[in-house]
Amino acid sequence: MIPYLFAGFAAVLVVSALLTILHKSPVTSAMFLVLAFCALAAIYLMLGAEFLGMVQVIVYAGAIMVLFLFVIMYLNLQHDIEAGMQHALRRGIGWLAGGVLAAEAVMLFARRWAPGPAAVMSTPAAAGNTQTVGLALYTRYLFPFEITSMILLVAMVGVIVAGKARSGGEGERRS
Amino acid sequence: MAALWSNPDFQFVFWTVVKIMVILNGMLGVVSYMIYAERKIAGHMQARTGPNRVGPFGLLQPIADVAKLFFKEEFIPAGANVVIFHIAPILAVVPALVSLSVVPMGPSFLGTDINVGLLLFLAMSSLGVYSITLAGWSSNNKYALLGGLRSAAQMISYELAMGLSTIGVLLLTGSLSMVDIVAAQAGAYHIGPIPIPHWFVFSQPVAFVVFMITAFAETNRAPFDLPEAEAELVAGFHTEYSSMKFGLFFLGEFANVITICSIAVTLFLGGWNGPWLPEPLKFLWFFAKLGALLFFFIWVRWTYPRLRYDQLMHFGWKVLLPVALANIVATSVGMFWYAQR
Repeated sequence: MIPYLFAGFAAVLVVSALLTILHKSPVTSAMFLVLAFCALAAIYLMLGAEFLGMVQVIVYAGAIMVLFLFVIMYLNLQHDIEAGMQHALRRGIGWLAGGVLAAEAVMLFARRWAPGPAAVMSTPAAAGNTQTVGLALYTRYLFPFEITSMILLVAMVGVIVAGKARSGGEGERRS
Repeated sequence: MAALWSNPDFQFVFWTVVKIMVILNGMLGVVSYMIYAERKIAGHMQARTGPNRVGPFGLLQPIADVAKLFFKEEFIPAGANVVIFHIAPILAVVPALVSLSVVPMGPSFLGTDINVGLLLFLAMSSLGVYSITLAGWSSNNKYALLGGLRSAAQMISYELAMGLSTIGVLLLTGSLSMVDIVAAQAGAYHIGPIPIPHWFVFSQPVAFVVFMITAFAETNRAPFDLPEAEAELVAGFHTEYSSMKFGLFFLGEFANVITICSIAVTLFLGGWNGPWLPEPLKFLWFFAKLGALLFFFIWVRWTYPRLRYDQLMHFGWKVLLPVALANIVATSVGMFWYAQR
């Protein structure tokens, strides 16, 4: 049954990812991205990575995309209205990045990397992989983990400082 | 037929579908009678009688209500985004029903036991934001949009405190599986002749209070019902909804309340653990505790006034979040100290 489920979720993932970039309306695009994240989470579940799958839904689909949606609605972006030089430039960069990705994909398939046997497959721990992920994060990868948290903290403080600096000239603000 | 029946995949799918049907229909029945209970209790709290015309004590009122909703005209506002307008009410109901699948209601009465059950609940409650936000946006109505945006901000803010409040329980259990969390709450201490159950509400009282407060905010119930504050926003995000689509939002709200109360019972009130009853009847304990919490939800709704928006944000970020964080630190220190002794 697993191969059929994988095929189904992979199809949903690919189609919704395509619709994310092809759809005209920003809100609908965002919703297709949420669907793509959910399909990806289902694929994680089938690989035995339950923790990763659930965190994928909580963090990406539940938190980040809600903020995206919030911003899209706040700016009331109805259509893609930009045109001219900037638009052409962005389109060029998009083609360049897409071309690099396509070249990578061709190389990977040419080396028969994708359909090979699952060589390195660590057996999941008895208590599920939540403990495995936690142990790895807090022992072997403690330093990168802490550095990442520091970077996020710095970004957060920076955003607040930047926001305060701009609104400072408008006089006193209530709380 | 026999060959199909002996296929383990088919059996798995068959029994899963049966379980889903039982839980789904049970849920719908409980929701319709919870609406009845809410109207009845509200009536008695305000010295009225509540619905009492349809059937004995008004017991058939929910059926009449739903039948009426089905026959109402369905209205779609001009300029609405029709597809999203149709999807939003569905999204209101589905997450609540999905997270009910991991709640163990009795020793052998549960949808499924996965080792990330609690994370599934948190994931589904975070997806619940979409229905209200999208409903508000797709209606092409200022009040609905304001209600939707308010709800997005409110649910993101309170989700954090809710997630953090469950971590105390996780620390004590060492597992994310709902079945393990219930098993960890079996038995009781004895202080003299008085037995105190091993429920986490006694070892994690702060977490329980934070969880219940955030539960009100996550389900958009009073005193946190700002997304549909009728005095300022007409009816908030569901202003433009009519007929059974409005009914689905109603169903979604009550389904969310039931789900979140079930999770609270599982995490803090010992799930189906309880004295006296034999093993097959233990699920009655679960439903008794669930009923008590549901009554509590209705009671609070008719007791407290609505918060102002800035009070809501202030309370969520500057009170609940630090308290939940402090609870995690205190629990960890306590466990470390206990282990060292």
